[in-house]
Amino acid sequence: MAQYEVVIGLEIHAELLTKTKIFCACTTAFGGHANSHCCPVCLGLPGALPVLNEKAVEYGIKAGLALDCRIPERCKFDRKNYFYPDLPKAYQISQYDEPLCLGGSVTCETETGLQTIGVTRVHLEEEAGKSVHSGDNILGSEYSSMDYNRAGIPLIEIVTEPDLRSPQDAKAFLEHLKRVLQYIEVSDCKMEEGSLRCDANVSLRPLGVQELGTKVEIKNLNSFRSVERALQHEVTRQSQLYEAKQQVEQETRAWDEARGVTVSMRSKEESHDYRYFPEPDIPPVHINSLWVEDLRSGLPELPLSRKERLQRQYGLTTYEAEFLVSQRSWSDFFEAVVQEFDQEKMVVNWLMGDVSRVLNAREETLPQSQLDVSGLVELLRLIDTGTISGSQAKAVLEAVCATGQPPADVVQTLGMQQISDEDQLAAMVDAVIAQYPGEAQRCREGDAKLIGFFVGQIMKGSQGKANPKMVNELLRKKLKL
Amino acid sequence: MELHTMTAGELASMLEKGEISSVDAVKSCLDHIAARDQAVGAFLTVLAEQALQAAEQSDTRRREGRALSLWDGVPIAIKDNLALQGVRNTCGSKMLEHYIAPYDAHVVTKLKQAGMPILGKTNMDEFAMGSSTEFSALQVTRNPWDVERVPGGSSGGSAACVAAGEAPWALGSDTGGSVREPASFCGLVGIKPTYGRVSRYGLVAFASSLDQVGTFSRTVSDGAALLSAIAGSDAKDSTSIPDAGPDYASAVRRGVQGLRVGVLDGWEQDTVLPSVAASMQEATAALKRAGAEVTTVSLNLLDKAIETYYLIAMAEASSNLARYDGVRYGLRVDGTDAADMFRRTRSEGFGQEVKRRILLGTYVLSAGYYDAYYKKAQQVRTLIRSQFAQMFNDVDVLLTPTTAATAFRFGEKQDPLQMYQTDYYTVPANLAGLPAMSLPFGRCEAGLPIGLQLTAGALQEPVMLQAAGVLEQVEQDRRGSYGAV
Repeated sequence: MAQYEVVIGLEIHAELLTKTKIFCACTTAFGGHANSHCCPVCLGLPGALPVLNEKAVEYGIKAGLALDCRIPERCKFDRKNYFYPDLPKAYQISQYDEPLCLGGSVTCETETGLQTIGVTRVHLEEEAGKSVHSGDNILGSEYSSMDYNRAGIPLIEIVTEPDLRSPQDAKAFLEHLKRVLQYIEVSDCKMEEGSLRCDANVSLRPLGVQELGTKVEIKNLNSFRSVERALQHEVTRQSQLYEAKQQVEQETRAWDEARGVTVSMRSKEESHDYRYFPEPDIPPVHINSLWVEDLRSGLPELPLSRKERLQRQYGLTTYEAEFLVSQRSWSDFFEAVVQEFDQEKMVVNWLMGDVSRVLNAREETLPQSQLDVSGLVELLRLIDTGTISGSQAKAVLEAVCATGQPPADVVQTLGMQQISDEDQLAAMVDAVIAQYPGEAQRCREGDAKLIGFFVGQIMKGSQGKANPKMVNELLRKKLKL
Repeated sequence: MELHTMTAGELASMLEKGEISSVDAVKSCLDHIAARDQAVGAFLTVLAEQALQAAEQSDTRRREGRALSLWDGVPIAIKDNLALQGVRNTCGSKMLEHYIAPYDAHVVTKLKQAGMPILGKTNMDEFAMGSSTEFSALQVTRNPWDVERVPGGSSGGSAACVAAGEAPWALGSDTGGSVREPASFCGLVGIKPTYGRVSRYGLVAFASSLDQVGTFSRTVSDGAALLSAIAGSDAKDSTSIPDAGPDYASAVRRGVQGLRVGVLDGWEQDTVLPSVAASMQEATAALKRAGAEVTTVSLNLLDKAIETYYLIAMAEASSNLARYDGVRYGLRVDGTDAADMFRRTRSEGFGQEVKRRILLGTYVLSAGYYDAYYKKAQQVRTLIRSQFAQMFNDVDVLLTPTTAATAFRFGEKQDPLQMYQTDYYTVPANLAGLPAMSLPFGRCEAGLPIGLQLTAGALQEPVMLQAAGVLEQVEQDRRGSYGAV
């Protein structure tokens, strides 16, 4: 194994978050009754014609810019011809030799450090429909139904250079790419819903050899884990073939998740001839360079550089910064909160701890949650001023997330304000000393640990509302410690 | 004079004056269809009820002084590759014999907006592939001038119904001459506008970069008026030209004083009928008399046009017709699995000519052949386009025959290549995206109409119509009739 180098390139498809489809005005909303989001255009009815959605072009350009691509002044669409029931026109409108974006690169963190992966191209195309097979699987299925709601949703296809050197790197790259596309808000990249898909090309070559080995394309990779597993399996399979002095066939293989193996789908000879030719219904698209510059300047800070800046600017640990940039909403939230509440460590601890825990329990994301920036700022201030205790704050947070009420209102309703009135607290302290004279005596004689006992009694008696810090101070004063 | 033989212009003016009602006009056409279409076979679907209903609504509008256009109430027929909501849209094919269009083509919307009752949908070569309408899988259409002869194609039904007096005018489509050739064979005016001048939305695609909706009429003025009614930009067709288009009717009587008319150098050596050659000579003389300058021009790539055209048209057709797979609409022939169903459906649903073109088109786009065929054809197309552009620096309009001969007999052209050759004069305009029209000028020894073709620069339809107006005047002066037989 050690004498071979692994060479991997990826082809990634991501659905774009435009409101309407790429060539018609139908909604791209997920779900809905089968074939309810369709029109003559996306059903490919006789006589219907495509009209390019400018938003799809915009999102494609943003993706290209985020991947450091060049945006040529002109691109065009082509027809990729093949028969399949889910393809309404029996051709997919795609881009062949003049794609939207060319020649970029992405730097991402992998187990072996920072790596820069070349991006060959990014192009726009349309999504196909979905077959719903009767029975358990396509083999032995008696009939299939078609749902074209998805047909015509805009996709970008991102093709990388064969720059990845291990299955682990491939997975890390894909996760990074997902994060980038989510950051720039062009795709939600949900692999489980199919809005992000990946095919991988993998080959081996003897170490030191420049020439690429015979590549195998792997399809049906439905999760980040399966990308890594399938590639690992394929690397092992190919290296065993080389060891046994056998040929690796150029072919397309499908990953069988259940069995953990790749199986041959079609050989090179059986591969499709897509008969690409320029789409006559859509004239070449001219991209205004001023528009591109506008889009470039509107791009948000990307995850990797944001992570470095968060560490530098707020003194966060790698772990904390990594947590915050894992989703743009968390880092945006963090930075908005620290604008108004400057104890960064406290903010990040609350986000990573209780806020994460409450949201997970509620199965909500931060943007879905009723907790907003001002809510968390208010909550943290209540803690900071001693109005509520840390343990009370957790209950308040839960209530805020459940009801959307401001923290101060929750504190009011739950009658939770801390008792910080010195006279009131002094009375409590006097009462409890009087109640336990023996313990008080031992305490005065130097058994300082008993302070905790008295604090506990007072907290219990006040249902947790007494300000523990002040109680502590008063006790020490009265017991002359 | 019977209403059904009148031009659209005459009907419009009688409607305007209240001399007739739209119901009168529609009934006259329907009666004539009932009497004559058995023999002619122009219509695949007659929409008697809808047309009468539309006519009644038009009459109400006229009475209330809110006519939608000059043409409100003037009936029309449309080729069966134009989508009309709720009506079958066969394209002359078994594949779509029972397919009902769920939406209106842009041009159909335009006709409705102008208030024109639609009489029905006309026969055509299957998916517009042919030059005689013999390739319709559904019906035979005969030339009203001689029922032993073809009406031309592929818009043979639209041509035949106007020539037979079953409709005052009609819409067709022209990919390589499918309006102009049948217009020529049936003694009508047929206009193919500049590519993009009329929206293709709802025109069932044959070859997308060549297809264009066109008009059939008995007079040049009617053709110009119908073109004005359907022309203009459409957001649903990305290849449509973004402006409304001028008023074409006013160009027809403008005359040709100072107009530069080109004729092809050495055209006399072309194998055309002697009577067609005579018509060309007469037309040239007539234009000169009317003040035009006639000069010879050369387009040496014209001889490559047929091959270029068929390579591109077949390639695009192979892709456009791939959607007829039995999954969503149209004919389905069940099979053992999806691929088998595709095979059976397409084997039974398509006729021989369509299959031939799909196979050839698939071949020329295949890996290893693309560069030699499709790409080469596109390069020649670009050269043809630039030769035309060059030529239109020197002349305003080009005069040629529309076809080398008049209407041929059924079954006369058995060899596909011989049939393709019929399009010799017509395909260049499609390749170059230019406007061109055919108009009747003279008759052959057999008494059949001869068509001459005028081609102009992109968006120069008015110039083409000026020349046509002059030639039409000459023809009417000597014949005193309009095209209906």
